[in-house]
Amino acid sequence: MTPEERKAFEDKVHAYVGREVNAPQKGKDDVNKAMIRHWAEVMGDENPAYTDEEYAAKSSKGGIIAPPSMLQIWSMEGYPMAHNPSQDVQRELHNVFDEHGFAGVLGTNTSAEYYRDLRPGDEVHAHTVIDKISEQKATQRGIGYFIETVTNFTDQNDEAVGKIIFRVLKFTPNDSNDATGGDDSDDGMPEAPTRIASPRGHDNKWWWDAVDEGKVLIQRCKSCQTLRHPPRPMCGECQSIEWDSIESTLDGEVFSFTELHYPKFPGYQYPLVCAVISLGEGTRIISNIVGCEPEDVYIGMKVKGKVEQVDEKTMLPQFYPAD
Amino acid sequence: MNKETLQYQDVAVGDKLPPLEIDISSSLIIGAAIASRDFTPVHHDKKAAQECGLPDVFMNILTSNGFMGRFVTDWAGPESTVKGIDIKLGAPNLPGFVMTVTGEVTAKNDDTGVVEVGVMGENNVWGMHMGGSVRIELPKSDQQGEV
Repeated sequence: MTPEERKAFEDKVHAYVGREVNAPQKGKDDVNKAMIRHWAEVMGDENPAYTDEEYAAKSSKGGIIAPPSMLQIWSMEGYPMAHNPSQDVQRELHNVFDEHGFAGVLGTNTSAEYYRDLRPGDEVHAHTVIDKISEQKATQRGIGYFIETVTNFTDQNDEAVGKIIFRVLKFTPNDSNDATGGDDSDDGMPEAPTRIASPRGHDNKWWWDAVDEGKVLIQRCKSCQTLRHPPRPMCGECQSIEWDSIESTLDGEVFSFTELHYPKFPGYQYPLVCAVISLGEGTRIISNIVGCEPEDVYIGMKVKGKVEQVDEKTMLPQFYPAD
Repeated sequence: MNKETLQYQDVAVGDKLPPLEIDISSSLIIGAAIASRDFTPVHHDKKAAQECGLPDVFMNILTSNGFMGRFVTDWAGPESTVKGIDIKLGAPNLPGFVMTVTGEVTAKNDDTGVVEVGVMGENNVWGMHMGGSVRIELPKSDQQGEV
């Protein structure tokens, strides 16, 4: 995708924020003992409040209750999801992602609140709204976007019984994760790779720790004020070992660059451009140029850096074309 | 599970819950997906899971969420009330993995009687599968302890 195509795509998906997925819908099944028992059975849940009528009636629950974690189950579409899912707004949004190469889908977070125990006979109505769409992120599974929906649940008296916030990642699967070779071993695959970890020693740990906090610092001699990078214990100008640091604005220009083609390293996103950037403050830093095609990079190009999470374990400064 | 429900005052921040070990099989993944009415193909169709970049069917969130709840009610007892579950998913759970769930009491709210339990589920192959917290209301005994 070119930066222009990406912007058009992102504008298109962001237009979905705030839209309701569908009108409030009553669950296909009201809360019932059979579905509760089936769920408790497969979960190995022996809680007598869910399945033992005699016990439940005598307990403070006063009768059978549904496991609170079933709240969303009462609103599920069921078997049509497998072959002919309903074409609601959320599906339509997912289709837009699919068409742009973000075909993978993975739930990443939920946050549920249960306002009261549900009992057999209760109706559950669900109302879902698309609440947020993130910026593009590089994740362990691949590059993609997080979509957050909020569902409010009400009962037959229109009273709120719970709320669930649900976050999914729509992503382009990494080639390195594509284990379609049919490996049937019980051990699964090796761990999905991340970038090589930064080496953190006595003299540079502080610098990487700041990157983890989202900042790029430049070491400064306390005696003669000369800036230096990468971090080292002594000033090359005046040999002082007293130093402090300033934060870079990450405005810079490309001093030199190369594109890495082969061999491909597991855990890195390709195309991969490595560059030496001259920062406005005067020091140079080695980093990646992202957000444009490799053929559009040139020496002297103005760039703007941003500290980003590039995989599950790694924060790094990344430089974009400065427009 | 513990059939004697814990009283709010008997629980302290830092208390550890008995660990729960779950053998993950295709039957569990598929059975729980279907019992949760989640027919998304990646949870019952190996080919669909592979097209998504994983070697086999993987556990759906409703099941992970269910285990978060079960783990805490197993400890708290049947007269406790689950008020909320926050869960962050990490590496998927696949057939053949074993997930060990651990947890500890992280906070108590004397006004509401709600106890917060931090929960972590790690599988033996890829590590962290789920982490988060469960908020559970425990009964308070009527008798106020007098010192």
